[in-house]
Amino acid sequence: MITCLEKVSPYCFKIPETYREGMRVPGIIYVDEQLLKLAENDKALEQVINVAFLPGIVKASFAMPDIHWGYGFPIGGVAATNVKDGFISPGGVGFDISCGVRLLRTNLVACEVAPLLKELMHELSRNIPKGVGKHGKISLDRKEMVGLLSMGVKWVLEQGYAWKDDIVYVEEKGCLSEANPDKVSERAFERGHNQLGTLGSGNHFLEIQEVVEIYDKHVAEVFGLFKRQFVLMIHSGSRGFGHQICTDYIKVMDRVVKKLGLELPDRQLACAPISSPEGKDYYAAMACAANYAMANRQFLTYWARQSFEYIFKKSAEDLGMSLLYDVSHNLAKFENHVVEGEEMRLCVHRKGATRAFGPNLLPKDSPYYKIGQPVIIPGDMGRASYILIGTAESEDEAFSSTCHGAGRVMSRTQAKKTIRGDELKRELAEKGAVIEAGHVSLLAEEAPAAYKDVSKVVDVCEGAKLSKKVAKLRPLGVLKG
Amino acid sequence: MKQFDILEHTADVGIVAYGKNLKEVFENAAFGMFSLMVDPDTVEEKISYELKVEDEDREGLLTEWLNELIYVSEVHEAVFKRFMITHLSERSLIAKVYGEEIDLSRHQIKTQIKACTYHELKIEKNEIWSARVILDV
Repeated sequence: MITCLEKVSPYCFKIPETYREGMRVPGIIYVDEQLLKLAENDKALEQVINVAFLPGIVKASFAMPDIHWGYGFPIGGVAATNVKDGFISPGGVGFDISCGVRLLRTNLVACEVAPLLKELMHELSRNIPKGVGKHGKISLDRKEMVGLLSMGVKWVLEQGYAWKDDIVYVEEKGCLSEANPDKVSERAFERGHNQLGTLGSGNHFLEIQEVVEIYDKHVAEVFGLFKRQFVLMIHSGSRGFGHQICTDYIKVMDRVVKKLGLELPDRQLACAPISSPEGKDYYAAMACAANYAMANRQFLTYWARQSFEYIFKKSAEDLGMSLLYDVSHNLAKFENHVVEGEEMRLCVHRKGATRAFGPNLLPKDSPYYKIGQPVIIPGDMGRASYILIGTAESEDEAFSSTCHGAGRVMSRTQAKKTIRGDELKRELAEKGAVIEAGHVSLLAEEAPAAYKDVSKVVDVCEGAKLSKKVAKLRPLGVLKG
Repeated sequence: MKQFDILEHTADVGIVAYGKNLKEVFENAAFGMFSLMVDPDTVEEKISYELKVEDEDREGLLTEWLNELIYVSEVHEAVFKRFMITHLSERSLIAKVYGEEIDLSRHQIKTQIKACTYHELKIEKNEIWSARVILDV
């Protein structure tokens, strides 16, 4: 139990840097009293403290409202280090590098679609490889992999699997330019070359959703969202490719920590100076995994559009299946932020947290430059998901970051003990949702009861001015690994 | 003596493996990890691999051993049920592992394991040896 939490506001608590020797900055946790109690149930707050030990960390070790126990960083952790003399930590990104979400619109309204929903879900399930040990429909050779890792979604477009307009609606236009495939191990190539276009297992999903609430009419209009609209959400990451890169570089950095004689409270926080060969190599490899993940979501989009065309007998263009946005929630990015009145070049680690730029912070050629960046928050399969937008005030908080989901509250083993997958499937069916899952016990692990209430989490994000609600989405069809 | 226990973790999953010596702990940690993936009773011994793993310390060696198994399992799309360590020192390990390629008609894959972490990693000897690891799932 952390004994000296200071209440800064109804939505913000602080652990002072004097709490433990070695902390370089305070811990700031964006929660209300209710979410704080949930965060105190596991070791998440301890991890906020541990992150405050990172060399070069500025301002604070932050945690978003969906905070829970991870490894190294808490899930929901945000930490920025000074590029000049700070460190980068693969644990601050996680194994599923650039795990993220994208949302596709349609011009269909949900009630029109209802009679075809079952058929559509079945077709999507048939068309999209999911679950454990599945390889995709495409297997790339070395040259193709190098192209994809260097160019990300642009490469996918060149191969004919994307719309030209898709690119501008992906974070960084679908490509982190720092990517260098030479910094990627053979093992990562081996794990990644045949998993492209697969959804994966765990919390990854593809969902058909209905827009059930609009909170900000003007923004929703710019985002092309309207009430009762049928939309498609994809949540997936960099698969075995990203997992291997993180595994490889945590080992590299573990050695750096030993070499430098650095004392860290958790070995999983292994890190290296951003400007060191190890730090640079990790970033170049991490960027490859980000390009892989964004490309992966693009391939999944291609097959999803194809399934819609098959069921609705119309082209995806005629169905209005354009991309609203694609954003990662496990990534380290180089960004400029103002800290104590001074603009600094920072390496912002977001581990289970989403970048949420307010107005005028995206690149000038971004279609959302004036209004701010869309944030896509996947909830659990029984309740809701949300579309949010970055706020101007968020820049003064945690480097324009917000939550990434509901956040777990129950362990997977506990969920399997207390919830039965088949009963859950029936319950959700009674509420009108069609579920296609590779395995019913996996379904139990991802049950709504295993998560915090996402509506509560996004309300706290809004209360803390981290982001603002635009629309609420309800799941109609769920495809799970 | 039981081979391992499952540890509760909010987002991921941990195991504590037991053994009368270090070799047995390493073997049981591997067995525990694969038991999370698939029911070992459904796995037959049809293929085997010889693995060699090195690291700078005992705890690191355990992580490396489990990460090696995750890698081999993923690229060969195989699951394993028997682990025989033929050499073990503080910094290196040689083992033979037995299992078969995944056949979805017989193997129900319960959990995909992404990696073994260093978080709360601990090997200790009280009455018996034990090792605690957190896995990212």
